[in-house]
Amino acid sequence: MAGTVTLSHFLSLGAILFALAVIGIFLNRRNLIVLLMAIELMLLAVNLNFVAFSHYLGDMDGQVFVFFILTVAAAESAIGLAILVVLFRNRESINVQELDSLKG
Amino acid sequence: MSATISQNLLLTAALAPLVGAVAAGFFGRTIGRRGAHMVTILGVLLSFIVSAMVLKQVAIDGARFNATIYEWMVVGGLKMEIGFLVDGLTAMMMAVVTFVSLMVHIYTIGYMEDDDGYQRFFAYISLFTFSMLMLVMSNNFLQLFFGWEAVGLVSYLLIGFWFKKPTAIVANMKAFIVNRVGDFGFILGIGLIVAYAGTLNYAEAFAKGSDLSRIVFPGSDWMLITVACICLFIGAMGKSAQFPLHVWLPDSMEGPTPISALIHAATMVTAGIFMVARMSPLFELSDTALSFVLVIGAITALFMGFLGIIQNDIKRVVAYSTLSQLGYMTVALGASAYSVAVFHLMTHAFFKALLFLAAGSVIIGMHHDQDIRNMGGLRKHMRITWITSLVGSLALIGTPLFSGFYSKDSIIEAVHASHLPGAGFAYFAVVAGVFVTAFYSFRMYFLVFHGEERFHHKPYPGEHDPHEGDEPHHDATPHESPWVVTAPLILLAVPSAVIGYVTIQPMLFGDFFNGAIVNDIARHPAMQELASHFHTAGGMAMHSLQTVPLWLAVAGVVAAWWFYLKQPAIPAAIKARFEWVYRLLDNKYYMDWFNEHVLAAGARLTGLGLWKGGDVGLIDGALVNGSARAVGVVAQLTRRLQTGYLYFYALVMLLGLFGLMTWQLWPQVRRLFGL
Repeated sequence: MAGTVTLSHFLSLGAILFALAVIGIFLNRRNLIVLLMAIELMLLAVNLNFVAFSHYLGDMDGQVFVFFILTVAAAESAIGLAILVVLFRNRESINVQELDSLKG
Repeated sequence: MSATISQNLLLTAALAPLVGAVAAGFFGRTIGRRGAHMVTILGVLLSFIVSAMVLKQVAIDGARFNATIYEWMVVGGLKMEIGFLVDGLTAMMMAVVTFVSLMVHIYTIGYMEDDDGYQRFFAYISLFTFSMLMLVMSNNFLQLFFGWEAVGLVSYLLIGFWFKKPTAIVANMKAFIVNRVGDFGFILGIGLIVAYAGTLNYAEAFAKGSDLSRIVFPGSDWMLITVACICLFIGAMGKSAQFPLHVWLPDSMEGPTPISALIHAATMVTAGIFMVARMSPLFELSDTALSFVLVIGAITALFMGFLGIIQNDIKRVVAYSTLSQLGYMTVALGASAYSVAVFHLMTHAFFKALLFLAAGSVIIGMHHDQDIRNMGGLRKHMRITWITSLVGSLALIGTPLFSGFYSKDSIIEAVHASHLPGAGFAYFAVVAGVFVTAFYSFRMYFLVFHGEERFHHKPYPGEHDPHEGDEPHHDATPHESPWVVTAPLILLAVPSAVIGYVTIQPMLFGDFFNGAIVNDIARHPAMQELASHFHTAGGMAMHSLQTVPLWLAVAGVVAAWWFYLKQPAIPAAIKARFEWVYRLLDNKYYMDWFNEHVLAAGARLTGLGLWKGGDVGLIDGALVNGSARAVGVVAQLTRRLQTGYLYFYALVMLLGLFGLMTWQLWPQVRRLFGL
């Protein structure tokens, strides 16, 4: 038995997921969809944190907040993908490195 | 204080010339030449009549006036006002200024007859009269300064009257700039008085005199009163052309002769002398300042006289004579004989104005040739000019019974009685100056009026007058000038001869200047010594036969007669032998060279340096363009942050958020990590 699973385990998991997602945002140079996926993963990590706190502290507020986040994440995901589709229609590419027309 | 003078009377005296000036200046073309001279002469005549009335009231009825006419501003407790102070000193100055001005106005009708700027000239000389009257009638430092600057301005306008002549423009700039140097000191002096006495009014400042005399100038061990008086005197040095700020006066001869008589002999240059006399309550408190005044005056009196010996332009001889006589007046001020200095101011105003106007008459007769080497024998052709010139010259050299004798000998006696440091040198200078004065005066007199007539063949054709080419060259023999020119000469010759004899007793030894001039008898006993030796004016004349100055004057006249009439080869021989002395004198002790090549060039170099280094380099280059360039550099660097890549922006957002939160929650972070 390694020991009981405590709050810190969940928090670490959340932190690792978040970190992976952040790395995923800037290490990814080629695929815009992966960018959107990384954003979703960040939101998921945060959700995990909320639920863990809610369970271990016995407070329902955390889980309620997760509902909000999920809703927003879904909406934002939809919009993001819609933008992606229109972008592809105009640029013929979803390579992040090619989207640099705002370069100063 | 028995009676008081009517304020309206005083205002009339001051403003009548101003009205004339405005009429002739702005409406000159409308009222024509006759109208211009009529209105200005009327103004000055009115002013003169009023001044004479005021003089009578002050001298005989003992009336005085000291009041504010109009308070025009109060700044933090400091009152700025227009006010008049009329006592013996003021009344005398008013009478002298208006009389000489009137003479010059009448004279100008004849002298400036052919000039295009006729009305402008009358406007200027009337304006000058107004300014000078405001200066002498003032009861506070600010109005004094206003009058001071105004006369300087009018002097500038008049020296450069013939503004198309380059030498005239150079001369008027020089006069104004050198005056400015003096004014710098003057303003500092006034500033010190205001700072420590808290008032601009004379009476209030003088009342604080004994308090002021105890203060030490902060940061040094000079007494405040000494510094203030020396600063005020620097102003007088500029205005009254004392060494080394004398350089503008000879050049001011570029202006028409009437103004040389009015401004640069009788009135404006005496403003400095008047000012020191007016400030006598302050100067009496500082021996150092009086010593300074004494030495500067002595240097001017002697060394300017030397320069007069070699001048060939008739006006320049009289100009250096004026400089030398101003030195005499200054020496008298330094010896605490203020009334003697002012007395000499008065007598000098008459005979020097006379000499200038007579020189002008000669110039007219010589068709505007001013070189005395081209003259000679004029006494046969210009009788009135000749006689009045002789009277003026005799007065100048101090011939007994003439006015100049009384004032000059009083100065010499007063300096002899002074014990201040520098009095010994001053005594030597004023006594030696008697010989020099006699010598150059009669050199000019003999060369112009006696001897061989040289105007037919003109051995020294030089620059031509502004009216050249007006008439065909007819007979070059001079003839006497019209009555408008000779009448002022006669009217000025009378006081040059007699006024000394008549007024010496009441002015110097009576109570004419009571209240105006203050003398600390204990420390500066010159006036007391003079009073103890004086019995009557006639007696003084008789006594002079036993004193050195008279015989020095006689020696000067005899030497001039010998060198220039009897044996004309001698001066040329001396000049050849002492070439270096002649060159030193001809270059005016190289002071003009110094001013031009060291001071002026230095100022121009400083300007160049400030322009190239300061303005172009620092302000334009480093500050204005530099800041633009800095903005560009920073922009170039920050531009790298705008990569255009979405992921980069997202990362930056995250990092920023992380940093901000850490910063905001730092205490908790510390607690968490146990830092």
